[in-house]
Amino acid sequence: MDTVSNAVHYVFLGTAACFVLGLHLMNHPRTARRGNAISAGAMAVAIAATVWLVIHEDTITTTGWLVLVSGGLIGAALGLYAAREVKMTAMPQLVSLFNAVGGGAAALIAVNDLLQADHPAALGARVSLPGALDIVIGAVTFSGSLIAAGKLQGVVSGAPVVFPGARLLNVLLPASFVAGTVWLVLSPDSLGALYGLVAVALLFGVTMVLPIGGADMPVVIALLNAFTGSAVAMAGFVLNETALIIAGMLVSSSGGILTKLMADAMNRSIANIVVGGFGTGDSAPAAVAGGAPAQVRPVSADDVAIQLAYASKVIFVPGYGLAAAQAQHELGDLAKLLSDNGVDVSYAVHPVAGRMPGHMNVLLAEANVPYTQLKEMDDVNPEFPQADVALVIGANDVTNPIARKPGNAISGMPILDVDKAKSVVVIKRSMGHGYAGIDNELYTDPKTGMFFTDAKKGLSELKSAVGEFVG
Amino acid sequence: MNELDLLTAITVFVLSVLVGVEVISKVPATLHTPLMSGSNSVHGIVVIGAMLIAAESHTWLGYVLAFVAMVFGAMNVVGGYVVTDRMLEMFRARPSEKKDV
Repeated sequence: MDTVSNAVHYVFLGTAACFVLGLHLMNHPRTARRGNAISAGAMAVAIAATVWLVIHEDTITTTGWLVLVSGGLIGAALGLYAAREVKMTAMPQLVSLFNAVGGGAAALIAVNDLLQADHPAALGARVSLPGALDIVIGAVTFSGSLIAAGKLQGVVSGAPVVFPGARLLNVLLPASFVAGTVWLVLSPDSLGALYGLVAVALLFGVTMVLPIGGADMPVVIALLNAFTGSAVAMAGFVLNETALIIAGMLVSSSGGILTKLMADAMNRSIANIVVGGFGTGDSAPAAVAGGAPAQVRPVSADDVAIQLAYASKVIFVPGYGLAAAQAQHELGDLAKLLSDNGVDVSYAVHPVAGRMPGHMNVLLAEANVPYTQLKEMDDVNPEFPQADVALVIGANDVTNPIARKPGNAISGMPILDVDKAKSVVVIKRSMGHGYAGIDNELYTDPKTGMFFTDAKKGLSELKSAVGEFVG
Repeated sequence: MNELDLLTAITVFVLSVLVGVEVISKVPATLHTPLMSGSNSVHGIVVIGAMLIAAESHTWLGYVLAFVAMVFGAMNVVGGYVVTDRMLEMFRARPSEKKDV
């Protein structure tokens, strides 16, 4: 190694340290933004150092420069545009898209490396094995993330898509990865093995994500994030760049931890979600004891407003219905009006509320909700018995007390103890079921009032009604 | 590339996983979306790999692959950091909670 190449590797080492520091600073809302800036600055320095290395090594052709600069500028412009324009409700799609391009780039690096080598056979398993893994993981992530983004955006049906033979295919395709990987390792210059592996991996990404329902997306996105990280780390092995290995595995562990947390919050195993189940219709809706439809108590905006205005403690429970109606601003306004009048306001956020881990918190932050009012499940559950009103907005399964009883689709799932509040109001458009497809006992509880309306409309009605009482 | 390099690379791989688990398990659920978006931008380091293959490419197929990898990688890096910053900028403790004071 010469001096320049050595210097560049020291820069990469510093960059990796800054990534760790940047992620570490993400542990508090106050420091998180600085952490992101440190990470971004380090990335910029690493890219500049790579340009220096490329100039110094001088193997690049004029066309190579053109490719590097134009590709970089076009990609940067697309990324900047997408990042500036995206709505906070569409964040999961964007994260999924970035997973796709990250995984795709990693796979392309391995393909290119295997194609460029003059005598790939001479590379040995040191390059061909991580190369094959990079291609498999990268290509699965690419097509899988695109399907996930399509589902979230509504381009691809959000319902689980099941076609005949899908399960069989999901067994056959991974088997062919193993065969393809072994083939490619044994004969790294076989183009058939290379292209075959790319094709089956792309196909598997599609068949893996298509049968997964919309409710499971927080888990899927976290899982694909972990995959992208591993693909990037494998690209690091291929290119012998430790910076890629470190950064890739940091991301992979982050994705892995979040996948586990999300799966736990739904009381399901990761395998169970990937193979399909909840929301796919194959878990039969639990039969509710007794044939007679249970009685619910409908309430009006004025009823609810009186309760809220004279409460001393109110807990809001936002769910997917709030996000779908994009009513986070109306909720924020209502909460501010109440807290300005001395009501103790907090938000109970279930880990899987929204469409990716922590998504609900982002939506509420967008509506200017102070993060000090956002409470996680374990912290807020003991507070429900002191709450005068728990206002549930479009959250269903995560508030269903039936989860505490055995023998139904959501048994054992950690829930918010909304039913322990002194009174409960549920804003919901109809008595429709949640993803789990079972009745919610909370709605028939005598202390629960049902306010049947659209979340956005209902919350602005509440705000003006409350305004009458406190104004 | 010799055996020592491979051993070093595997050591780095294993240690990175452990550091990642240690650092990330301390992040509160409130920040999980920015964390995922932030770690998304970290895997944008793949752009460095794309730059290195662009520097080694000599065939038209190589150029096309390197170009697509560059576009993907650059999009990942720039978009990831900008959107994470946009999100984090919204997480503020607001002065409205002055009632205890």
